[in-house]
Amino acid sequence: MEELANLFHGFAVALQPYNIMLMVIGITLGVIIGVLPGLGGANGVAILLPLTFSMPPTSAIIMLSCIYWGALFGGAITSILFNIPGEPWSVATTFDGYPMAQQGKPGEALTAAFTSSFVGALFAVIMITLVAPLVAGFALRFGPAEKFAVYFLAFCSFVGLSKEPPFKTIAAMMMGFALAAVGLDSITGQLRLTFGVTELLNGFDFLIAVIGLFGIGEILLTMEEGLAFRGGNASINLRVVLQTWRELPAYWMTSLRSCLIGCWMGVTPAGATPASFMSYGIAKRLARRGNNFGKGEIEGVIAPETAAHAAGTSALLPMLSLGVPGSPTAAVLLGGLLIWGLQPGPMLFVEQKEFVWGLIASMYLGNLAGLIVVLTCVPLFAAILRVPFGIIAPLILVLCAIGAYSVHNSTFDVMLMLVFGVLGYLLKKCNYPLAPLVLAIVLGDKAEEAFRQSLLGSQGSLGVFFSNGLVSTIMALGLVALFWSAIQEGYSRLRTSMA
Amino acid sequence: MTERSRSDAGPAHKTLEIGMALLIGVFGVIVIFGSLKAGINWGAEGPRAGFFPFYIGAAIVGASAINLWHAQRDDDGRLFAEWGQLRQVMSVVVPTAIYVGSMPLIGLYVGSMVFIAWFMRWLGGYRWLTVVAVAVGMPVVTYLVFERWFLVPLPKGPLEEWLGL
Repeated sequence: MEELANLFHGFAVALQPYNIMLMVIGITLGVIIGVLPGLGGANGVAILLPLTFSMPPTSAIIMLSCIYWGALFGGAITSILFNIPGEPWSVATTFDGYPMAQQGKPGEALTAAFTSSFVGALFAVIMITLVAPLVAGFALRFGPAEKFAVYFLAFCSFVGLSKEPPFKTIAAMMMGFALAAVGLDSITGQLRLTFGVTELLNGFDFLIAVIGLFGIGEILLTMEEGLAFRGGNASINLRVVLQTWRELPAYWMTSLRSCLIGCWMGVTPAGATPASFMSYGIAKRLARRGNNFGKGEIEGVIAPETAAHAAGTSALLPMLSLGVPGSPTAAVLLGGLLIWGLQPGPMLFVEQKEFVWGLIASMYLGNLAGLIVVLTCVPLFAAILRVPFGIIAPLILVLCAIGAYSVHNSTFDVMLMLVFGVLGYLLKKCNYPLAPLVLAIVLGDKAEEAFRQSLLGSQGSLGVFFSNGLVSTIMALGLVALFWSAIQEGYSRLRTSMA
Repeated sequence: MTERSRSDAGPAHKTLEIGMALLIGVFGVIVIFGSLKAGINWGAEGPRAGFFPFYIGAAIVGASAINLWHAQRDDDGRLFAEWGQLRQVMSVVVPTAIYVGSMPLIGLYVGSMVFIAWFMRWLGGYRWLTVVAVAVGMPVVTYLVFERWFLVPLPKGPLEEWLGL
């Protein structure tokens, strides 16, 4: 078991005092980011990324990934106590979590949410430990055509699985590809799409896009809606925690199902948000007390939280093993790898063993640390939420500006961030998905490179993407995902016409 | 005909939806134009620089055309936002634009102080004491964390130069 030895070595890396300190800092920052409106996992990590440029990559990714786990945990706090989902993936948690808190059981709801998150994450990490090396080993044999096919599959899944209209998803995604193409062409060394603007020579940095689209855009949305907090106090004591833990094993079936849904949705880049809704919906249909869902059923908290966390965690599997991130936050982490001089993808498992296994080990420890931090510090985080938006909003805007500036030390980027912010606000209002846009900016160059290299090998024939069993299978899966909504519609029409 | 009271008047969602589809479509046309300039055919070393973006641009235009068709077809009478809400949004966008635009001239610290103070005083209506505490405190903490601890330089203006920071 070479993997096991690697994993233990990883634990040794992650357990260094410096890294443990970073872990706790990351989790705490992450929970705060998850609790605050306008700061999410993706742009929280993006803003803090420049601070890690001088750290060793392993320590940096441990801190940043812990911010991600913290944000996943933090979303649940606001959902349950204030009926305000801090993150999109915790919307489904409000359905039963908030009624529970209203009925005087906030402690139970929070404990159930945190524990389920932990279970979901643990399940996903175990899956990553077992599966990622295999996938990476397999992917080592990929040529450019196979690489492109994987990108193709990832992007097609977005079109087929996202709840936004497919053509809006395509439009958003293609904008991302176009923005990625601006600047120096990596193959011919020629300039393109810059229209003589010198600031565009290096193209658009996706970190700026993330900070603008998710950070500024979110603040603008919040400004429009206006926030009125009317949440109560929350405290968790040990008795409530232990009592809830005694109840939880009864729902093992819901947990397991939610874990599987989450892992599936996380690996295919559908993400945590649809995973949580799907898991909630299925649990509602299958549960014995399904009619009680929405009125404060503990199972209605377990299902979405488990799935969201499992999805959020397993989104790192394709990022590590294939270089294709499964969520916007994973995309930002991938951007971090590039900045630290690491090449994401299967070679990581060969060349950067310490980094990969340190990260995987830190996922176990980080989630454990996260569980402890959130269980003990809920009142503190709830207090942060009571700081009025009038103070929080300008501070977040300034933080976004600092983050955008420090990526390249350029004030032009800060202006660009604001443009992206307004664009993000408009896109979100018009129901265009932002995640595929960001992923396309990150992966655009790589996808194009793989595409052009495959065409070079085949003298321009598109047949190269169906030239062997492996690449044809991936491409076919991609096409199925692309036309998934059309296939579903056709199937249901066929059924009604048969009946 | 749907009748709306004066308080929740605002631009129709449909208008914005159409505008957005058009905007994205124009972006696609620009991409196509730029790709044509870079060359979309095969050169000596394979596909030229505009080859891939050209099809991306075409896809943007195509998708936008379909979105446009959808947008003008279904009208649910929904509002994009009320004017009051949009005013709220603009009351953040405009000062942020000024803050961002002035950054190359006066630096980040002074700009942030003014921006935070303005936001808290005019939009939040806080007491001057609270305003000054946050508006001065935040940039100072930022300075210590970024410049001193993590050695990340942030833009500075004449004031910092005068202070010798």
